[in-house]
Parts: sequence; structure tokens; C-alpha cells
Amino acid sequence: MLERIKRMVIKEFHQIFRDKRMRPIIFITPIIQLIVFGYAVTTDVNNVRMAVYDLDKSYESRELIRRFEASGYFQILRYINAPEEVRLLLDKGKVLAVLQVNHGFSADIKKGKQTEVQVLFDGTDSNTALVAMSYANTIITRYARSLGSPKVNAAAIKLDVRARAWYNPDLRSRNYNVPGVIAIMIMLICLLLTSMAIVREREIGTMEQLMVTPLRPLELILGKTIPFAIIGFFDMFLVTIVGVSWFSITIQGSLMLLVLCTGIYLLSVLGIGLFISTVSRTQQQALMGTFLFFAPAVLLSGLMFPIENMPFAVQYGTYLNPLRYFLIIIRGIFLKGNGIGILWPQMLALFILGTTVMTISALRFKKRLG
Amino acid sequence: MKLMRIKAIVKKEAIQILRDPLSLAMAFLMPVMLLFIFGYAITMDVDNLSTVVYDRDKSSMSREFIAEFRESRYFTIVGYADKQADIDRYIDSGTARVAISIPEDFSKNMKTGKNAEIQVAVDGSDSNTATIALGYISAISELYSQRINKTPVAPILTPRVRVWYNPELKSRNFIVPGLIAVIMAIIAALLTSLTIAREWERGTMEQLISTPVKPPELIIGKLFTYFIIGLIDVLISTLIGIYLFDVPLKGSPLLLMMLSSLFLFGGLSLGILISVVAKSQLIASQVSIIVSYLPALLLSGFMFSISNMPAPLQIVTYIIPARYFVTMLKAIYLKGSALNLLVFETVLLSIFGFLVFMIANRKFKKRIE
Repeated sequence: MLERIKRMVIKEFHQIFRDKRMRPIIFITPIIQLIVFGYAVTTDVNNVRMAVYDLDKSYESRELIRRFEASGYFQILRYINAPEEVRLLLDKGKVLAVLQVNHGFSADIKKGKQTEVQVLFDGTDSNTALVAMSYANTIITRYARSLGSPKVNAAAIKLDVRARAWYNPDLRSRNYNVPGVIAIMIMLICLLLTSMAIVREREIGTMEQLMVTPLRPLELILGKTIPFAIIGFFDMFLVTIVGVSWFSITIQGSLMLLVLCTGIYLLSVLGIGLFISTVSRTQQQALMGTFLFFAPAVLLSGLMFPIENMPFAVQYGTYLNPLRYFLIIIRGIFLKGNGIGILWPQMLALFILGTTVMTISALRFKKRLG
Repeated sequence: MKLMRIKAIVKKEAIQILRDPLSLAMAFLMPVMLLFIFGYAITMDVDNLSTVVYDRDKSSMSREFIAEFRESRYFTIVGYADKQADIDRYIDSGTARVAISIPEDFSKNMKTGKNAEIQVAVDGSDSNTATIALGYISAISELYSQRINKTPVAPILTPRVRVWYNPELKSRNFIVPGLIAVIMAIIAALLTSLTIAREWERGTMEQLISTPVKPPELIIGKLFTYFIIGLIDVLISTLIGIYLFDVPLKGSPLLLMMLSSLFLFGGLSLGILISVVAKSQLIASQVSIIVSYLPALLLSGFMFSISNMPAPLQIVTYIIPARYFVTMLKAIYLKGSALNLLVFETVLLSIFGFLVFMIANRKFKKRIE
């Protein structure tokens, strides 16, 4: 039996790599994608494009503008001279925020009179706007504090917040996102390869030839899935090495545990790929089927949107998503250095999910063969 | 180039599509399903942050302060800690994302007019949520301290913040238009990326070559058929966005459809180009997802703002058609922009479509000869 499976794995590898263009797809594109997405996927809000409409043109107004510039969060692109420019710049999307200092600003401050500055935000991207707003508020409040007379400052009780971020003290979103991107890359390549490659054999008609060989169904299933599992492991190593060396993300936890968990994760991924191949007749159907699973799996994994903010019905649905568990595992190992002691519930869930999916798919596949 | 022959190809493709009801169903199901998931399940709004409180002061004042957090919709208190180690456990296990600890001298300091201090720990692994959470905490603390100041001092300078286009800052309002762009980017490429590769793989290309059909006629015929499916998808998505998700469409629906057609032309041509070059469906499928879905999702400015990306990557985004389409849809939906504000995007999208179409034609011709 082992001999026959070995033969078949070798045949599959030949088949996958016969087309020279397949090699870069399997080995190079995941790396390129990781690098591109590692840079792209950043939710850090800095360099908010800003225009300034300074009607006061005083020392005080310039000082406030300087503080915006020095904060690192805002990038002042333009100085506005006419009121209609404000609307135009925001309409065209040239800037996301406009800081407006009205005439009399410095005079008010010098007299100790209350005054205000106006900041306009483009709210189309609500998240960025929200973060930028809190930065702007902080900058203005700090400036206001620095202005107040010592007497006023002493009278006010201040409540200071001393904040500390764990695991990712610089709050770099890349540290959080790169492990996640690794998890989706692995899923995408394994899922597509498994589902498409098996259907392809049926579409071209070579599946019949395989069926007349003495291969037993189980051997056929193993022979079909093992090559993709090997590719999956290999890609995992490759992409992890790039993540660590290129993005200098450190793996706090155990590498062996990561390998073990990848194995459990691949069980579900390959199982789903196998399943799609049993319901599809053509490669087009397999491609769409893969996509129909992959897109929601990514969106509902917690990679980009927190699961606890989703409606309850959807939250329950995410328990069937292998990516959900693997994300917790891979982020736990990379960022927090978690061990089995903390990760075992996810590992167990992933294992149960994987074996179930694999069994169902293998049974279906066997039935279609027979 | 003969219209009659193009018509024949359109007919052949239509029959082929109709004969495969599963694929057809998926082509229509996909946008509906994705919109549903996004529209309902996905929100970038940060609220209900799980919070653990360690109150060492246990005074009426500290309880009052905690109540401020409980009553804001941003924080949900999931537990109270009795010692520092509890906080560690809450955050390590992910049960709480935020820990607020109030020192023993909190109320004493506040009453005697000294500065008080609270300690906050956030789980920084999700940096975005953490940043927003810290902003909320400062705001709540600031308001609280202003409120209990015995001699209220009006701040000399107040920021007046106004938000345009999406004043309630509802994330759904920008997710839905952006999502339509992303969905169309994928569907366009998925629909056509296999069509020509499939003919080669199955051997029907030889049959087509032996007919009098010329390469551009074949490409136009295939494009046209899928163009219809794509347009129906745009229509469905737009209607769902407006009626189901209440995303206001401030601009012109006609402009929306016109620009969508332009985008579809480019996207479908790209799929054909992939199909011509790949020749095998397996490769075409990988390439089409790599060049359409992931860039549309991540590099289009749909979720991650382009201005935050490093400069070389920002340049790369210029060759991603979804980038222009996302800008267009957000502008038409939320800002009510007319064509005159979208000239740049329209021109670049046209150039992209035309260029890709020409390349696909040329490559295909070479393949046949």
C-alpha cells in the first residue's frame, strides 16, 4: 500500500510541475504576495493628508499648525487661500482633513478669551476619520494646556491616563497582520490546487485511467491529497521565513508547535478542497466553489474585522471556519509566545473540524469513484 | 470583422453558459452572498470592547468613574480583578482587551485637588482597536475630570470637529460601495479567465480555428456574453446596497452604471488576457485570483488607505483598476460626485481597459498562428 501511495505522490508531483509555469505560482507568488500585502495591510493611521486654511496668520496659529505637522500623524499638503478651495479639496479627495484657524484666533488667546479651531474630516472612511479625529483632539488639547496661565492650570484637576500596550508595544499593525496574511496565503494556494487539480483529471478524462489501476480508493485519496499537504508545508516555511527576515517579525513561541498546528490546519483545508472537487464537474465550477468558500472564510475569520462585533448568528457560523482557529493560533505563537497550555482549545477544535471535513469529503469522493 | 460572426459566438457562449446552470447560479449568487456577509457581519466600528477593571480604591468616586465606562457603548465590563495577576490572566487569554486599574489614592487625590492617575493596559496585538480604545479612554477621563472639578475652568481652546459625507461615521456606508467594486473585480476576472484556456485544454479551440471566425471576433463575442452577466451583477449589488443596507446613493445611478460598464470592460478583458496566456485552467485560476481578488481587496484603498502604504507600493496601486473604481463608487455614493470630479479616474480606467483588450487580442492572434 505504501509503495503504491508513494508512486502516486510522485506521479502527482510530476503532473503538477510538468508545466514550468506552475513552479513560480507555487513557490514565488506566495512570497511576493506576502511582501506586498505585508506593506499594504496597515491600519496604522499616519500621514493623514491635510490642508490648512490659516486666516489668522499669527505666531499662535503657526505654532498650532507646526504641532500638527510634528505629530507625525498629519501631512500638510497644501495651504488654502480661498474658502471654496476647502470644499473642492475634500470633494476631490485630495485631502482627508482641513484645519481651519479663523481670524482673531491669536487675539482671543492673548486676551484669555475662549476660542476654537475647526477641523473638517472626510468621513467616507469612517475608521481612518475616527482615529484621525482623536489625534487632532489630542494635539489641540495639548496645545490648549500649554497656553493656559499657570494659575488656571493649577486649579484644574487633571486625570492622567498611563497607557501600556501589551504584546505589540509600538502598536505596529504589521506585527498583527503578517501572521494573518501567512494563514490566508496557505489556505488560498492549497484550496485552489486541491479542488482544481482533482476536477481537472475528471474533466480531461484521466480519472478513468486511474480507476482501472489496482489503486484502492483510500490510496487514491491519500495520493491526491499528500502532495498538496507537502506543498502547503513547504509554502508555510517559505512564507514564514520571509515574514521573519523581511518584516523582522519575531516568533515568540515554539516553531515545532507552529509546524504541528499547520498540519492540523491543512487537514481542514485539504478536506474542503477535496469536497469542492466532488461537487464540481468542471474546473470553472471548482474555481467558483473555492471562491465561494474562500472569500467569506477570510472575511469572517477575524483577520480584518473583530468577530465579537458581528451579529450572534454569524458569530456562531465562524466556529465552522478553520481560519478562525488558525489565526488565533498563529498570532498567539508569533506575537504572544503562547504554548499548548493556552492554545489547546483552538487546536482541538481545528482537529475535530479537520477530521470531520476530511472524512465526509473522502467518503463522498469514494462514492463518486465507485 | 463581421457582426454576424460575433453574434454566432455570443450565441455559442450563451448556450454554453446556460448549459452549466451551476456556474451561472454561482455567478449571480456570489455578489449577493458577499454583500450580505459584509453588510451585516462586518463593521469596523469599535465598540463593546471587553474590559476588566481593577479597582483598588473602592470608593464611591471610583465606582462612579467605572460607571462612566460601563455606560458608554464602547466598553463592556467582563470582569473585576482582585489582584494584578488577574489582569494578566484576562489579557493573556484574550478574555479582555482592555484593563483599567484605579490606584488606592484615586479619590483622595481627586478630592484634595492633586493629580490622579489611572493605569490602562490594552492588548496591542490588534493595533487599530487598541489605538481607538486609548482614544476613548482619554476622552472619558477628560470629561470626567472636567465634570468633577470644583472650580470649573473652561478650556481656553476647544476643537470643533465636523465630519462630511458620512457624518454618523457608519462604516457600512463606505464598506458597501467599496465592496461592490471588489466583488465586480473578482467576478469579472473569474468569469472570463477560464473561457479560452478551457477551449485549449478541451481541444475545442482547434474546431474554432477551423471556422471562419477571426480572433477579435472570438474575443468580442466572449466578452459581450460575460459583460451582460457582469452588468446584471452590478445592478443586483447596487439595489441591495440601496434598499437593504440603506446606503444613500447621492450621485447619479446612470453615471454609476456607465462607469461600472467601463470597469467591467477592463476586468473582463484582463480575464481573457489571463486565459490566453495561461492556456491551462489550473494556472489561469491561480493567476486570476492573484491579480484580481487580492489586489482589489487590499491595494484598492477599499479598507486600507493607500496614503499609508510605502511609496513604491503606492505606485503599484496605479495599475490596479479596482483602485479607480473604489474611488468612483465611494464618490458617487457618498459625495454625490459628478463626472467632472472623476475625470482622472475615468481616463485611467479607459486607458487600462483599452490597453488590456489590445494586448489580449494580439497575444491571442499569435497563439493561433
